[in-house]
Amino acid sequence: MAVETARTEYWRWTESRWTSPDIDWRNGGVISGGVDVGSVSTQAVVMVDGKLYCYSNMRTGSDSPESANQAMAWALDGTGLTIDKLHATVGTGYGRVNVPFATKAITEIACHARGGNFMYGPSVRTILDMGGQDCKAIQCDEKGKVVSFLMNDKCAAGTGRGMEVFADLLGVHITEVGQLSLKVETEPPPVSSTCVVFAKSEASGLLRQGWAKERVLAAYCSAMAHRVGTLLERIGVIKEFAITGGIAKNPGVVNRLAKELNIQPLTTTMDSQIAGAIGAALFAKALHEKKGRS
Amino acid sequence: MLANYGYKDGSGEFFIVVDTDKCDGCGACVPACPAGVFELVENQYDIDAENPIAAVTKEHSKKLKYSCGPCKPASGYDKAGMACVKSCETRAIEHSW
Repeated sequence: MAVETARTEYWRWTESRWTSPDIDWRNGGVISGGVDVGSVSTQAVVMVDGKLYCYSNMRTGSDSPESANQAMAWALDGTGLTIDKLHATVGTGYGRVNVPFATKAITEIACHARGGNFMYGPSVRTILDMGGQDCKAIQCDEKGKVVSFLMNDKCAAGTGRGMEVFADLLGVHITEVGQLSLKVETEPPPVSSTCVVFAKSEASGLLRQGWAKERVLAAYCSAMAHRVGTLLERIGVIKEFAITGGIAKNPGVVNRLAKELNIQPLTTTMDSQIAGAIGAALFAKALHEKKGRS
Repeated sequence: MLANYGYKDGSGEFFIVVDTDKCDGCGACVPACPAGVFELVENQYDIDAENPIAAVTKEHSKKLKYSCGPCKPASGYDKAGMACVKSCETRAIEHSW
């Protein structure tokens, strides 16, 4: 008879929500919403007059409309606001057409540029979004308008999903993967394959040869950094540089990438995963104001 | 804006670049491409834009190497002679390989 043992979900990151202590939506003018339904995570953001009011960040379920509803409901939890009070809402991300209460769907490239501009300031020219299942390199101007972009969604190499697979394989919690990978004395050669599935079998081989966990993680993080580094080469890296998405929280990849590109990314006190949803909420505000003008 | 559609993998870089500042949304590339790689989409990068812009379909952006293969120099075409490039009067379309 099979015995259920306690399992730890090493890949599972903490979902979160936040409300600004300084803003009361009742005193505000335009209340706009942004929902970024990604392949791995969904974020809902509400802004009051273009200022961040509240947000939630949670895992995307198998049902995109339901994930969007849940994320927005959680973001609004305890604020007294309801979805019908939002003047306009923009959906973005992989599941953007599946946001039931959205006024409009806008591509995540435009939203990340706009959101990156808000989070990191107008000096940002290059934004790298390392998402759950794809990777985007964006160049933007001082207003957060896209100047050029490149998106790789052909495979999950260099993405959050790949990191989740490695966290699970090594039994290291996803939030500790980056720090642990930096504990190596000498940098091992990167795993030769960036494909997640191939890299996973390569890593199991390395573990069998007696490699320590941190060494395997270092080899994977550096392969990941190298891969997105070459992706950035095509559009070029102009100062200032910022990374958004879940991988921005992984110092194992971020530090190695900074070294490879010889440029230090900007930091933010906000959650790096909400950039797309912030951009969407800012677009929603612009759309609402445009409607008012015409 | 330069929109890079495509990917880079172990065998090379396969991108179609659409310059949306040059593209006037005429749509000539859509029927011109024998593989049906292009579509017209709303210009979401510029909120005030009124014209649509040409884009590579989601389906083809992941297999451009194969979609564009029959028109490539190895098959006897030069870049300037490719159906999409030739159809675009404003010269908004470029190929990376």
